[in-house]
Amino acid sequence: MTIRVVLPAHLRTLARVEGEVRLELERPPTQATVLDALESRYPVLRGTIRDHVTHKRRAFVRFFACESDLSHDAPDAPLPDPVAAGNEPFLIVGAMAGG
Amino acid sequence: MSGVRVLVGTRKGGFVLTADGKRDKWEVSGPHFAGWEIYHMKGSPADPNRIYASQSSGWFGQIVQRSDDGGKTWNTVDNAFTYDGVPGTHQWYDGTPRPWEFKRVWHFEPSLNDPDTVYAGIEDAALFRSTDGGASWTELSGLRKHGTGPEWQPGAGGMCLHTILLDPRQNDRMYIAISAAGAFRSDDGGTSWRPINKGLRSEQLPDADAEVGHCVHRLAMHPARPDVLYMQKHWDVMRSDDGGASWREVSGNLPTDFGFPIDVHAHEPDTIYVVPIKSDSEHFPIDGKLQVWRSRSGGEAWEPLTKGLPQQNCYVNVLRDAMAVDKLDACGVYFGTTGGQVYASRDAGDSWEAIVHDLPAVLSVEVQTLP
Repeated sequence: MTIRVVLPAHLRTLARVEGEVRLELERPPTQATVLDALESRYPVLRGTIRDHVTHKRRAFVRFFACESDLSHDAPDAPLPDPVAAGNEPFLIVGAMAGG
Repeated sequence: MSGVRVLVGTRKGGFVLTADGKRDKWEVSGPHFAGWEIYHMKGSPADPNRIYASQSSGWFGQIVQRSDDGGKTWNTVDNAFTYDGVPGTHQWYDGTPRPWEFKRVWHFEPSLNDPDTVYAGIEDAALFRSTDGGASWTELSGLRKHGTGPEWQPGAGGMCLHTILLDPRQNDRMYIAISAAGAFRSDDGGTSWRPINKGLRSEQLPDADAEVGHCVHRLAMHPARPDVLYMQKHWDVMRSDDGGASWREVSGNLPTDFGFPIDVHAHEPDTIYVVPIKSDSEHFPIDGKLQVWRSRSGGEAWEPLTKGLPQQNCYVNVLRDAMAVDKLDACGVYFGTTGGQVYASRDAGDSWEAIVHDLPAVLSVEVQTLP
């Protein structure tokens, strides 16, 4: 299945991509499987979204989809069906508090 | 013709300033890594085209960039700084134990003779080394584990390892400094460490001459006389003539002995520079007059250097890693301010001019003297 991921501008620059990233997942889409696939394709993003070792989300990074904040969902919780179907993107967002 | 490359790290990107040996016309490139904090950039003494840069962000953490062409292009290298073993705790501001947690790289110190070997000083304080050009990092954990680590506490800027000095005699001696823990020395290439703070006094400590806990802001050394060390402490300018085994105060006639950077003239081991700052709560020059003070006697007497520097309404700070010298004749001296100016002197400090005026707040300044 194809998952659409929208990165914040600074991470698009780091990963040297433009627009959405499309990831092919063999496992059911969760935050963890999406981030595993993202970091596998773009190793430069390791450590920028979640901790290298604990995989804890960085404090000033948020995960949104379908107009909902998924940041505090369990990493292994299934993502919403429209994300799994590729109809809606999984948004990785820099928190408003940053800068 | 020889030239100079000035590497400027700021709150919102890195800048590379270049000039030929006359140092009168400057080209500015940047911002590199726009929007990110560039705590430090430093070139390899063994290969000036090799530059390491610390790029960090409150949002996205730490990135390490490496250039192999003198800062024209950059590539990321490894950004995983994983403490050796279970890191344990240090003191938090309120005196309670706090687990060590990586926050950012404050300082890179490339090896004197191998471009692929580079040391990294990080917050929370620890020393890392890469021997593969940044492709991987390993903690030199003998520092953090030598015994006093649980007593270390953060300074106002965090518990950072900000200074790394390598002894040019190739005798495996190196020095580091941590705010607020103090200075430490290794004589075996970073494997084992001991505190070297005898003679320091800090009234903010319950035991003013304790072995550790001092807020050392910066150390400096001249490569021709590496047993002499200079220190800008939170308060007090200090000097050691025995590789840090003992220290004596050389603040002398300075108008205030609070400050952050200290550096040594490239050709005169007894000529040193500081930027006196009013106090630990007023991080700006006295009376709005930006002054570098120079001692040509290793700290015995000091003179103010003001020509070309603003002498009214100037309330910037100069941070600890934001002063450097070139190796030309006469020695060039450079420093950056939190107001975004980088000042340069082509005559060892006698006169100054701003070579850039309006950068983001400057965090660090390093200078490469090019053949």
